[in-house]
Amino acid sequence: MIRFVDVHKSYRVDGRDIPALQPFSLEVADGEVFGIIGLSGAGKSTLIRLINLLERPSGGTIFVGDTEMTALAEPALRAQRRRIGMIFQHFNLLASQTVADNVAFPMRLAGERDAAVLRQRVDELLARVGLTDHADKYPSQLSGGQKQRVGIARALANRPSILLCDEATSALDPQTTASVLDLLAEINRELKLTIVLITHEMDVVRRVCDRVAVLDAGEIVERGSVIDVFLHPQHATTKRFVNEALPEETIGDEAAFARVPGRILRLSFRGDATWTPVLGQVARDTGIDFNLLAGRIDRIKDMPYGQLTLAMQGERIDAAMSALRKAGIEIEELRP
Amino acid sequence: MTTHAIHATPILQALFPNIDDWGEIGHACIDTLLMLGGSLLLTIILGLPLGVLLYLTGRGQLRPMPKLYAIASLLVNILRSVPFIILMIVLMPVTYFLVGTKLGIRGAIPPLVIGAAPFFARLVETALREVEHGVIEASQAMGASLWQIVRHVLLPEARGGLLAGVTVTAIALVGYTAMGGAIGSGGLGDLAYRYGYLSYKSDYMLVTVALLIVLVQLLQMLGDRVVAYYGRR
Repeated sequence: MIRFVDVHKSYRVDGRDIPALQPFSLEVADGEVFGIIGLSGAGKSTLIRLINLLERPSGGTIFVGDTEMTALAEPALRAQRRRIGMIFQHFNLLASQTVADNVAFPMRLAGERDAAVLRQRVDELLARVGLTDHADKYPSQLSGGQKQRVGIARALANRPSILLCDEATSALDPQTTASVLDLLAEINRELKLTIVLITHEMDVVRRVCDRVAVLDAGEIVERGSVIDVFLHPQHATTKRFVNEALPEETIGDEAAFARVPGRILRLSFRGDATWTPVLGQVARDTGIDFNLLAGRIDRIKDMPYGQLTLAMQGERIDAAMSALRKAGIEIEELRP
Repeated sequence: MTTHAIHATPILQALFPNIDDWGEIGHACIDTLLMLGGSLLLTIILGLPLGVLLYLTGRGQLRPMPKLYAIASLLVNILRSVPFIILMIVLMPVTYFLVGTKLGIRGAIPPLVIGAAPFFARLVETALREVEHGVIEASQAMGASLWQIVRHVLLPEARGGLLAGVTVTAIALVGYTAMGGAIGSGGLGDLAYRYGYLSYKSDYMLVTVALLIVLVQLLQMLGDRVVAYYGRR
């Protein structure tokens, strides 16, 4: 578990303190994929660097497992850092070393000298990231996606319990991004690794994260399970991120809705509710009519979900609504 | 000075009438190469740590120490701003103290090293600054100590720049060794000064200059090759 307690951070610039992160507390559970999303300058790269203390907080305490990171002296901190892997937007590989030597590097830093042990572990890691044939190449001979795979193999070398991803897919094209995210999800599942990632793309959060925190100008403005945040974004920044990732198909804006008679409802389906023909059944049973105004259907990580905005007309709308709720559908009334 | 003079073929004799002992020129070449090799080695041994120190203690670097940086930087600048020929004369007592003579190859090496090491240290500092910050940050995240970062990240990653720096320094040292000739350190510069300048034997001057050009060319070519082979891939 990673725990921030009343942590804040400001930078001293020309004798003045410039706040980068407002005081916050946050917990990341073991084995989850936790996303931190924000625009550039929101403070997300500062936040992720607080975990391995590449950035020191101006106040508050940070725990990784039972260890109070903020209380550690240099040598103990270095030992802890070896148990936290990190990958970067620009990969940060050693240009002068081969792929195999890059992957072996953290083990060598940790004092492993046995060539056979190193070789075996490097082979194992390169097999995991699908780069077995590239062991003797130099980073400059690899594509961006391959470089990030080397970064992942390197980060896993010392068998960490936590992996930090600093905009790990931001320099990659969409297809490569998808394959790197799949790899991260696989590592999370198979190695039970806790992953904290920062990104400015909601799509990254949607594909791999279990929970998300939205950072806006140094402040966590929203947090929760990814599906809740996607279905019911509260803060303006969150809404913008959600809409960028999954634009709603709609007949028009609020003004267009005004021309439609009936009560306007937004129905959110998730998981099992998406598999049953519940809307049709309820409409037949209660004799209501509905008119679709907007909607989206997608998956969040492994969970399918849908969201429909519709205008409902008929005598027994309340009965229909309670039947829908009973079937596990969330309803927001946009216009009673 | 050779005891058995080596006499030239008639053609060479016609071209360079004043040069009656080519062996002396060969001897001077060897002296120059010895001074160059010895001083280059010592310059690297002294200049590399000094350059690393300048890099590490600089503003915003891994171990910022403004006062230490200011002192080291000032020292480097002072040594670099004194023209070498003057530095050599100023350093004579120090040279005598260090090697017991002010003359010959041994007497030339201390001023050469003291003149070139600060220059090389600046080149080292610049080369290290070229190493991407991200790579250093990544190694910190992996739990590397400062020494591990210097030894296993900074120096290997800056290898191309460092080798280019060695080449530039070697060529600067060729110039310095030639100047050393003026105050009796031997080598090609000494030959050019004594025969070419003081005795008006301009053919000596011509041969010496030609040999120095060849030496510099060879060093640059060698340096470029080494940089291309070991530099960033």
